[in-house]
Amino acid sequence: MRYAKRGRLRFTSHRDISRAVERAVRRAGIPVAYSAGFSPHPKISYAGAAPTGVASEAEYLEIGVTTPCDPEQVRSALDESLPPGLDVLDVVESGSGSLADRLEFSDWEVRLRGADHGPALVAVEKFLAAEAVEVERLTKKGPRRFDAREAVVSLVVSEGTDRTAAQVGGQSCVILRMVVRHMTPAVRPDDVLTGLRLVADFAPPVPPEVTRLAQGPLDASTGALADPLDLDRDTTRGGEAGPVGEHVAG
Amino acid sequence: MPVESIFPRLEALLPKVQKPIQYVGGELNSTVKDWDSADVRWALMYPDAYEVGLPNQGVAILYEILNELPGTLAERTYAVWPDLEALMRAEGVPQFTVDAHRPVRAFDVFGVSFSTELGYTNLLTALDLAGIPLRAADRGEDDPIVLAGGHAAFNPEPVADFLDAAVLGDGEQIAIAISEVVREWKAEGRPGGRDELLMRLAESGGVYVPKFYDVDYHPDGRIKRVAPNRPDVPWRVHKHTVMDLDEWPYPKKPLVPLAETVHERFSVEIFRGCTRGCRFCQAGMITRPVRERSITTIGAMVENGIKESGFNEVGLLSLSSADHSEIGDVAKGLADRYEGTNTSLSLPSTRVDAFNIDLANEFSRNGRRSGLTFAPEGGSERMRKVINKMVTEEDLIRTVTTAYSQGWRQVKLYFMCGLPTETDEDVLGIADLAKKVIKAGREATGSRDIRCTVSIGGFVPKPHTPFQWAGQADHETVDRRLKALRDALRGDKEYGRAIGYRYHDGKPSIVEGLLSRGDRRVGAVIRAVWEDGGRFDGWSEHFSYERWMAAAERCGVDVGWYTTREREENEVLPWDHLDAGLDREWLWQDWQDAVSGGEVEDCRWTPCYDCGVCPTMGTEIQIGPTGRKLLPLTVV
Repeated sequence: MRYAKRGRLRFTSHRDISRAVERAVRRAGIPVAYSAGFSPHPKISYAGAAPTGVASEAEYLEIGVTTPCDPEQVRSALDESLPPGLDVLDVVESGSGSLADRLEFSDWEVRLRGADHGPALVAVEKFLAAEAVEVERLTKKGPRRFDAREAVVSLVVSEGTDRTAAQVGGQSCVILRMVVRHMTPAVRPDDVLTGLRLVADFAPPVPPEVTRLAQGPLDASTGALADPLDLDRDTTRGGEAGPVGEHVAG
Repeated sequence: MPVESIFPRLEALLPKVQKPIQYVGGELNSTVKDWDSADVRWALMYPDAYEVGLPNQGVAILYEILNELPGTLAERTYAVWPDLEALMRAEGVPQFTVDAHRPVRAFDVFGVSFSTELGYTNLLTALDLAGIPLRAADRGEDDPIVLAGGHAAFNPEPVADFLDAAVLGDGEQIAIAISEVVREWKAEGRPGGRDELLMRLAESGGVYVPKFYDVDYHPDGRIKRVAPNRPDVPWRVHKHTVMDLDEWPYPKKPLVPLAETVHERFSVEIFRGCTRGCRFCQAGMITRPVRERSITTIGAMVENGIKESGFNEVGLLSLSSADHSEIGDVAKGLADRYEGTNTSLSLPSTRVDAFNIDLANEFSRNGRRSGLTFAPEGGSERMRKVINKMVTEEDLIRTVTTAYSQGWRQVKLYFMCGLPTETDEDVLGIADLAKKVIKAGREATGSRDIRCTVSIGGFVPKPHTPFQWAGQADHETVDRRLKALRDALRGDKEYGRAIGYRYHDGKPSIVEGLLSRGDRRVGAVIRAVWEDGGRFDGWSEHFSYERWMAAAERCGVDVGWYTTREREENEVLPWDHLDAGLDREWLWQDWQDAVSGGEVEDCRWTPCYDCGVCPTMGTEIQIGPTGRKLLPLTVV
């Protein structure tokens, strides 16, 4: 299942989302399977959730069910039961192979309000030219240093108009678009921004608005990400080509 | 004219704060009404963090009832944590509601529900962030009416300077009545300004407006009298009692948060009031008489609540849930209905008898028997007589043994420390009791794999209880007894390791005592603490005893005079003009009986003992049995 977290709901943490999904599954009457044992849990697994505060058009989870269900019915029932902003976009019957393994890359959009285009361009060029860019991030286990450069497959800068209602008259903003490989430790858009600050002293004036646009395997010919659910559609519907999920910028 | 949402300005701050989800609203079943569709608008506050405030039943019920009322809207607001408070001050973002993110100052009524006095400093933060003057006397025509409710509002005197009005008792009907008074006054073009609105509320006798009452003092500091300072304002203000809970089956649309909160379940009040007569218990005294919800309404509310919320736990709430006249049928009916659905049922259990274990067994049919809780409250037979908690040691041992032998591994026992007439021996009696519990449990099960946890709360004398005259134990005494108890438990080789011990030090109870039985002169202390940075006093990481004591000293308030001093029978108490229905003479007699060890029965099953509530309030006990049963539903 692919779902989005949009607008104010981007402030949900992955724990908030799992509680919301468990309740929505019950309200929607989906015959979810439970684990056996002393305290049974619904069989729902979440693949690499976007961080708190980051919006996403491409989050994924899998639900174990006790009886076969029509994917479109599950999609609409669950979408109806979730609060607006947690929106179920695509449901397929799980085929063979691990979904998590297919989520190899993320396509991110980073909006930097009030930032200037010129310095952003310079910073991105310097970043891409570097062999490695060591950044430090505070993790639960304390500060950790790692390379933010290697995971970045592509990074482009464009100019946009700010859409936030608070900004009168559409202040200019810089948009970064990046495809990043999932590695350990995970390289997040804010690590890349830290990198831009380190290589070129580029720092946006306000917190960035980050949206994950897609996850999936990289299509080497186009440089874009393929729909990770296609494989399930292929295996469960006898090779019929599925529609490619729309990438809606949030 | 619509009021603009502050959300865009708040949104820019949220990436910088902890748990931003608590500020964004959007809960399932929350309501956002068009501003202009209503002419009476309420902002409802629970003055603690969102995670504590959201599950609060009082606010949830009023929110739903007011939003159902035509021409009325209600939104919710909670205390913001200091990290967001600092950002809001820096950016000029006002206190907001989480529903439509409207500024609190734009509403007509700002209703604040005080379950505990420790929320008072958070009220001041909210008022200040909202741009509402802290002192009611400084407020103008554009400020909302600041109205307090909840159990702490039965003595609102310490916050009287900051309140325009207070309401005692059940809120459902009075909130509607207040809405109509406000609506009428606004429709007439607000004649006489906010003073006339407050007069209209005060005249009814159902709303307390502190500024219409003057307090005179004796030279020694005791109160001489509290008297209305305007004609038409009644001498006493009465509490509100909802009769027939079946007519008020709220919540119908339970709020389901995205953020994690302290209670993640659908709660149904199965009755209000309690007449067991525990003398320390303010809730039991001020919510009389007992009014049960019928088994059929409970069943319907649970079914609807689960469907609307998706919660997988149902809590059957009341002050003593096992006392519902049909609790056995309720428990069995619900257990039958939800068997095999992973929906669990819980009952705050306090009664010490075998029946309670039968209920717990029904509620744990899935085989999960982890812990049971009992509350003997006093460590010795003598102590339990003083507080009128009629549980013998024999009862307790027999009950706990039954629990262990039926597969329960862990028993939690609640006690209080600092009770009137308490001695060191009474508290050490808790250790003896705990050891006997483990000993009996080991003998009954033949296993050493059983545990008992002893939890101790500090006793605070509360208004409208027989202990309202009592001297509170000082924190040194409480701490000394708690330490002696700890040593007695830990030092025991045979049983010590099977007994857990949880307690807090005695200092917070002294501050709670000051605020519980304080008068208007304590308001200066609250304000001084708040100005000194006091926030979230119910949270140990934020609470500072030293800050409270320093503020009291600066304000010339003698904390001991308010807390550890025993009062005489004829002393005017700060809340004497606020009527919870209890006859003052009966309370005094019960206080005398406490000291001499006299006991009171429960008037549900024995004749009336004239506590005064029913005749004063025109109420009566409403209990079953109805004789009906719950049928299992076909679960979809």
